Amino acid sequence: MPRVVVDVMPKPEILDPQGKAVLGALPRLGLTGISDVRQGKRFELEVAEVTDELLAEIEKIADTFLANTVIENYVVRVEQ
Amino acid sequence: MKVGVVTFPGTLDDVDAARAVRLGGNDAIPLWHGDHDLKGVDAVVLPGGFSYGDYLRCGAISRFSPVMAEVIEAAQKGMPVLGICNGFQILVESHLLPGGLLRNDHLKFVCRDQKLRIENASTPWTSAYAQGQEIVVPLKNGEGQYVADAETIARLEGEGRVVARYLEVNPNGSINDIAGICNERGNVVGLMPHPEHGVEELTGSGTDGLGFFSSLVEQAFA
Repeated sequence: MPRVVVDVMPKPEILDPQGKAVLGALPRLGLTGISDVRQGKRFELEVAEVTDELLAEIEKIADTFLANTVIENYVVRVEQ
Repeated sequence: MKVGVVTFPGTLDDVDAARAVRLGGNDAIPLWHGDHDLKGVDAVVLPGGFSYGDYLRCGAISRFSPVMAEVIEAAQKGMPVLGICNGFQILVESHLLPGGLLRNDHLKFVCRDQKLRIENASTPWTSAYAQGQEIVVPLKNGEGQYVADAETIARLEGEGRVVARYLEVNPNGSINDIAGICNERGNVVGLMPHPEHGVEELTGSGTDGLGFFSSLVEQAFA
């Protein structure tokens, strides 16, 4: 069954306190050389069939509901 | 005036908000998130809490509840709406107010008596205060950091739409120490601190918060 994935990330200009906290923990775990961490969300939508119509609807839902476009960007893509 | 107080699943402060509405001289009418009408109220308070468990984003699911369809329509027609804390988050998710609310910059939940300055005393929710009046009310939030792009901030500041500003301590990293804002018309106000917890001497930090709930009465009889 195909899957539509919606990735939601905080906009680059928006401070991401959670990503910053994760970044701060990395050296304590022995991982160095990481300069930045951004934390986002991934939505997996299982669909029977991928159609242009359905993708358009998912795009709309991503834009109005799954992401808050004031503070977040999103990408919709199909995963087979 | 009849003031509706909305309860969503996960709302915490609806009882305190209703009590504050009554102490302010108005009638509190309980509204439920599944209601399809506003029961003839003249104004609405969206109280604080963790509606829908803060799932997805704070306020994101509440914004699509049946009662919010009614609140959004009424607000656009000029009905006074006050969103406190989670209510403020619901108002920005509803696009009734610009900007967004992020996790506090220091990542910790904050709970304190917070000093504020009332920057706009001409909204239906703040007219009981003097312009520039300093008050202390409880503040408690995990995601209270107000953000917006530079253009929006400049507009809010230029049009006098910053309703309240944090004094002495910025508890959550909000841009320009913004604690509350209003829409262009001034009828929709979002506020991160909790005036409804500051309405009686017995509890809380005093009675400085009462003005948010008595302003409607002053206006009705003005």
